[in-house]
Amino acid sequence: MIINHPLLGPRDAQEFTYLGDANLINRPDWQAEDAVDQFHEYLYQRDNPAGKHRELWYHEAGDRSWLVVTRDTLTHEITGVELARDVALKSGRGK
Amino acid sequence: MHSLKPLTPLGGTTPRRDEYPGLILMENPDWAMASVAARAGSVKKLASAFTTFAQGKLAAVESIDNSGKITNFWTAPDQWMVMAPFASHESLAADLKAALGNTASVVEQTDGWCRFDLSGAHAVNTLERLSAANSRRMQANRVCRTQIDHLGCFMLCHKAGQDFSILGPRSAAASLHHALTTAAISIA
Amino acid sequence: MTQTMRLGGGMIDRSKPLNFRFDGKSYQGFDGDTLASALMANDVRLIGRSFKYHRPRGVLTAGSDEPNALVELREGARREPNSRATVAELFDGLVAQSQNRWPSLSFDALAINDRFSNFLTAGFYYKTFMWPAAFWEKLYEPIIRRAAGLGSLSLAEDPDSYDKGFLHCDLLIIGAGPAGLSAALTAARAGAEIILADEDFRLGGRLNSETHPLDDAPASDWINASIAELESLPNVRLMPRTTVIGAFDHGIFGAVERVSDHLLTPPEGKPRQTLWRIYTKRSLLAAGAAERPIAFPNNDRPGILLAGALQSYVNRWAATPARRIAVFTNNDTGHRTALDLIAKGIEIAAVIDPRPDVTRTGDYPLLAGAVVSNTAGRLGLKSIEVRLASGEMRRLECQALAVSGGWNPNVHMTCHKRGLPVWDEGIAAFVPGETGAQGMFVAGAAEGRFSTADALTRGMEQAIVALGELDRKAHTIALPKAENDTGSITPCWQVKGGKGRAWLDFQNDVTTKDVKLAHQEGFRSVEHLKRYTTLGMATDQGKTANMGALAIMAELAGKSIPETGTTIYRPPYTPVAIAAFAGRSRGTDFRPTRLTPSHQWAVEQGAVFVETGNWLRAQWFPRPGETDWRQSVDREVLATRRSVGICDVTTLGKIDIQGSDAATFINKVYANGFAKLPVGKTRYGLMLREDGIVMDDGTTARLAEDHFVMTTTTANAVSVYRHLEFARQCLWPGLDVQLISTTEAWAQFAVAGPNSRKLLEKIVDKNFDISNEAFPFMACGEITVCGGLRARLFRISFSGELAFEIAVPSRYGDALIRQLMQAGEEFEATPYGTEALGVMRIEKGHAAGNELNGTTTALNLGMARMVSKTKDSIGSTLSEREGLNQPDALMQVGLRPLDKSRKVTAGAHLMVRTAAANAKNDQGYITSACYSPNLGHSIGIGFLKNGAERKGEILRAVSPLTNLEIEVEVVSAHFIDPEGKRLHA
Repeated sequence: MIINHPLLGPRDAQEFTYLGDANLINRPDWQAEDAVDQFHEYLYQRDNPAGKHRELWYHEAGDRSWLVVTRDTLTHEITGVELARDVALKSGRGK
Repeated sequence: MHSLKPLTPLGGTTPRRDEYPGLILMENPDWAMASVAARAGSVKKLASAFTTFAQGKLAAVESIDNSGKITNFWTAPDQWMVMAPFASHESLAADLKAALGNTASVVEQTDGWCRFDLSGAHAVNTLERLSAANSRRMQANRVCRTQIDHLGCFMLCHKAGQDFSILGPRSAAASLHHALTTAAISIA
Repeated sequence: MTQTMRLGGGMIDRSKPLNFRFDGKSYQGFDGDTLASALMANDVRLIGRSFKYHRPRGVLTAGSDEPNALVELREGARREPNSRATVAELFDGLVAQSQNRWPSLSFDALAINDRFSNFLTAGFYYKTFMWPAAFWEKLYEPIIRRAAGLGSLSLAEDPDSYDKGFLHCDLLIIGAGPAGLSAALTAARAGAEIILADEDFRLGGRLNSETHPLDDAPASDWINASIAELESLPNVRLMPRTTVIGAFDHGIFGAVERVSDHLLTPPEGKPRQTLWRIYTKRSLLAAGAAERPIAFPNNDRPGILLAGALQSYVNRWAATPARRIAVFTNNDTGHRTALDLIAKGIEIAAVIDPRPDVTRTGDYPLLAGAVVSNTAGRLGLKSIEVRLASGEMRRLECQALAVSGGWNPNVHMTCHKRGLPVWDEGIAAFVPGETGAQGMFVAGAAEGRFSTADALTRGMEQAIVALGELDRKAHTIALPKAENDTGSITPCWQVKGGKGRAWLDFQNDVTTKDVKLAHQEGFRSVEHLKRYTTLGMATDQGKTANMGALAIMAELAGKSIPETGTTIYRPPYTPVAIAAFAGRSRGTDFRPTRLTPSHQWAVEQGAVFVETGNWLRAQWFPRPGETDWRQSVDREVLATRRSVGICDVTTLGKIDIQGSDAATFINKVYANGFAKLPVGKTRYGLMLREDGIVMDDGTTARLAEDHFVMTTTTANAVSVYRHLEFARQCLWPGLDVQLISTTEAWAQFAVAGPNSRKLLEKIVDKNFDISNEAFPFMACGEITVCGGLRARLFRISFSGELAFEIAVPSRYGDALIRQLMQAGEEFEATPYGTEALGVMRIEKGHAAGNELNGTTTALNLGMARMVSKTKDSIGSTLSEREGLNQPDALMQVGLRPLDKSRKVTAGAHLMVRTAAANAKNDQGYITSACYSPNLGHSIGIGFLKNGAERKGEILRAVSPLTNLEIEVEVVSAHFIDPEGKRLHA
């Protein structure tokens, strides 16, 4: 597969390490009353869609960017690639 | 002056040189290196402090900047590798830190890497047996990070189709050198 | 007597005779021959025995679709079974053996299988050898493998090397026939980066086998001119002898270039083959078409071959299997074959064509409306039986029969990304449908356009469209005038009513009867048919077989062919040697080796090395007279604890962490607190995964308010760095923190033992005070050594002794170890390796990889209190889960044998004294064990249920695997200096 890196252009997927669902960015609040439940949900309850899937890839053999890749799990078509850092900032993650 | 004698990454007291038809392969330990990463929100201040220090500019994505007294190339978002001759700049990291202050995090990288310079008409024939990077169409003063023999390496192009440098992890210098020479011999 | 079947003309170089041997007999061929064409020229028709029935077989095709002519090529370690003689380029000294026969090719004892063919039908093995299951592996399979087989392996290591490589292009053109060449010229003139790959060693494709002129001149003139032009262009890469084996995601293709297969041995250092990964923006499949046989009784005899293949042999290779030949065809190409044969002076026995209204195109006897109903000649065709239109039977003497059942476009590559071919009634064949492969175009015979003129035009047109998609304007080119005969065909899949079996899959010995049987038994899906009968599952993937079987299947089911469907093709297009996939990654080159800065010095000391990850580390340093590793290791341990030992610890991962939020960041990735770590101090850190399991541990030093250096275990250096980047970019992108690995940059040595400070004081420059007061336990600092070299010093200890780790830039590592050893002479400083390191950490009860094994929590390791509840850190929340905090949770303990002479073994499980040794009674397990030279007996550390409360209990350590059962006492894991006095000395 080829992942079109937002900064570097098309790169072979072999240069990347796969992590999983991009929802891993949305780490729960540790001080919430039901923090254990929330973390359990966050870590273990993943969707496994036959179709579009937003997932985390790490450009280990490249610029060390974490990317959010939108990939169709049936066809491998990739319809979006973003820097995970931008996604995280946009979703309100900070310090 | 201290009493310790350096060794090259390949373990020699002098750099290794190999010559093949159409290719010269040189181990090059003569560069001091330091990584420079912008502190949060300080990219502009860093860029101007760097220009004051080096006269050149911080390189654009996947590029090398040779315009100043010392060279730098892009390594990652908001991160660069600065290079200068080792003999005159062994203290490069300390000098950069002094010049850049709190605009950047500076880390000595001189001995994190081994460097091999490839020169000649067969340079790309050699590299295309080792790396997925499109070395054949790589322009001068471009750089990319790529895998060679499972090792994360920087590939620097100094002259298109002709002169390249490969920077790889120092501890794997012997394996990287073996991969390079094997590919060089392999070219029909 | 040599080359009696060689004709005039051809594309062979008669000035270059080549000597070769087949089954021990010497022959001669010419440069430009394949093994098949050279054997044919020498009147060798019998080349192999079939897979199941051991039927005598000859050549069927002239290409990579060959199912019959499989040989063992070359000798010794280079012997390669199942090589297709039809694509084996002849070279001087070539040696080949026929296979699957005993004792000889002409008399094969196992041909008896053929007599029992009634029993050996589809599903025979499934039905016969169903039980007992235990017999399968030991008895049935070996027998079947011996009887029904292909070639045999040399069982020696492949002496050749194989390369891998990476290519990039705008347009990859697969196949250099008329369509491929015209596409290449069109795209090349437009300046696009193109690769033109063809599996043949001579470019030109089908043009090399036909006699059609181009622009009223031999086609070879145009081919040669085209190749010369392409070769002259810098944007073109011509790749003959290169098979594109598969189309993969996003325009990536695999291709095998046979660099040296046409040579006796590859030149020194040169590869035998190169496996290329080709990144394409667009691709054009111009792979042509493959002819298919017709199923008629005994259609597999040597001398029966495909009509188009026969044209290749007579036209390209000037070789013929016989002087009198019949042709059996259901389409116009068979008639062309007859004309070409006549032109070469070969007698045509008859052209047999089932189409009743067909007319002659030349001077040959035509039997219209007739079919071949049987053949004779066990080791080679002697005659055929023809059923005429009238129903009358006629016997014709002929030594060869050319068969054409029509042509199948080579759609394989369009299926690799799950594209399904579609049925074209006009040519009675499947043509490419939606390819599914990104950016793939198809042109020429591969899309069912069979005339030369069509191929030339389509190649050009498709190249223009493909480049247009890349915003590159390509122009039409002047194409040569060519034949434009689209031909006609009336499907004829099988001849019914004759006696004897009719073969569909020659390589796997599948006949029309097997398909019928499968259908009777309810295998209605083509995929089931394929697996039940093994049709199309041989090394040729049924290139000549699948279509015929599918048609017969459709007929049996009373359905149309498109309704019946088709199996789809998967990569590789032709078989690929495993060595090509391995490339250079063999033996010690399997992966790179990392060497420590003191490696050369350690080699000089005679060190024994061990691989830890990719690193080579000194395991121990034998001294003269030491005969057992334990002697060396015990000595190293005792010497270190007594005086001072030195160990290269460069391999530990080092991550430089800076930024105004660096402390906050580290506080989030370590479970224990780091925010208040003072500058100039080091702290042990415990890193958890988010699920609460321990991920890694190490020490982190604070060199400045905004500057830390974290160490990781050797094994986890890469994964911890990845984890930190994840935390930095994805979880807390607002923190001001920067990371970079510095593992390689610093040569780091542990200097351990009561005399370590005294030794270091001789190295560290005098202006740095490293006394216990100035530089206490866990201190760190940037210093200089040996007269001004920048260095780092950490007062940390893995051994439990007074110890330091000292780091200098890697290039000085070799000099430093020599300096340390020299300065240490007065203390009898002893280098120690990883074994002594391991013994000392077990004696001290320090956890390492065996304990941080991906299943253990901080609680298990006795470090539950380190997990801070007053801050957020990765893993802290889930480490509080009930399941991880049961009262009987495993806890790390020390274990010592009651009988001091017994050895404790890691991996042993712990049972209470009276309980049976089974999983139910399991109390825990031993993770690390060693002989402690300080205690004089074996010791272990492990995990025990509720271990903290069980000190003094006697348990059994049981390891059925090593036949171990000993009694052990539960003790503190801190065997040495439990109060830690030595550390603070």
